[in-house]
Amino acid sequence: MILLHWLVAVTVFAMFAFGIWMVDLDYYHAWYKKGPDLHRSIGVLVLVVMIIRFTLRMTNPPPKLAASLSTWERVGATSVHWMFYVMILLIATTGYLITTADGRGLLVFDWFEIPAVTLDINNQEDLAGEVHWYLALVMMSLASVHGLAAIKHHLIDKDRTLLKMLGK
Amino acid sequence: MEKTITMKQLFKMILLGFLVLTSQAQAADYVIDTRGAHAGIQFKFKHIGISWLVGRFNTFEGEFSFDEQDIAKTKIVVDIDVTSLDSNHAERDKHLRSGDFLDVSKYPTAKFVSTGVVDHGEGKVTVFGNFTMMGVTKEIAIESSMVGMGNDPWGGYRAGFEGTTTLNTKDFNLSLPPSNQVELSLYIEGIRN
Repeated sequence: MILLHWLVAVTVFAMFAFGIWMVDLDYYHAWYKKGPDLHRSIGVLVLVVMIIRFTLRMTNPPPKLAASLSTWERVGATSVHWMFYVMILLIATTGYLITTADGRGLLVFDWFEIPAVTLDINNQEDLAGEVHWYLALVMMSLASVHGLAAIKHHLIDKDRTLLKMLGK
Repeated sequence: MEKTITMKQLFKMILLGFLVLTSQAQAADYVIDTRGAHAGIQFKFKHIGISWLVGRFNTFEGEFSFDEQDIAKTKIVVDIDVTSLDSNHAERDKHLRSGDFLDVSKYPTAKFVSTGVVDHGEGKVTVFGNFTMMGVTKEIAIESSMVGMGNDPWGGYRAGFEGTTTLNTKDFNLSLPPSNQVELSLYIEGIRN
């Protein structure tokens, strides 16, 4: 579970940077076509991993939060954790809605294709694209707060929160 | 000074008015049948210099006035909803609508207003006019021809034309490598008012 956490953490930040990079590529750039193909495929895998993590979370008691936490810290930490599941689901869904707006399916590598659903939203790809971007910004903000909080626990509170997540 | 109108003068006026009305009625006004989608605006441009990329604008409207006896007096106005661009690929459409190309959030519409028509005979005409796209207005020439004209089966009267023009996209501050040219084709069927 700890391994999955770090896998998703690294991938999500990488996907954000990769996404920003790929949309500004010149049309004649070698990665112009490969970039989005990879971004889509990895996005689907992240969602799959998050569903697995959610299932594990529901079937296993989570580790206890540090005893020193105040009430608002507990509520904050826990709600951010739950938000991550929701955010990944929404980001993946809006990404899917960009790609499938014209009725073509989403190709995950060359393994399989996820079929499109027809929603009849006018210029769906534009709307989904906007939402995808703003959700990604929110995701990055939440992840930064989450990460900075962990560092604060380690450096200022000097408790074992971060060490536990490193498997120590 | 008081003026009285005699019956004879009144009759003359009515006759004159009638003549004016009928002569104007010959230059009939048509509305382009976009509601029934018997009209289309297609574009095509070179893809990486290897082949053609074809797309269309799904939403537009327009009207024209046309007089078979005096073709040079033909007038036409077409408004295009640029956001309705459709190249049959959502992600490409999104890209073409973005600030990299057509910047439709800033320039959602394009417009063609004819300024003059040169009749070449045998149904062939050149329609000159001002085309506005991305906030830039340029005079363009559309080589056009009549496709047909006559009664439709539902009690109306229709006229159909086709026209083609090649735009230098740089004129409109639009970079569209490698050719920077786009060919626009208009297929319009008008229903007479």
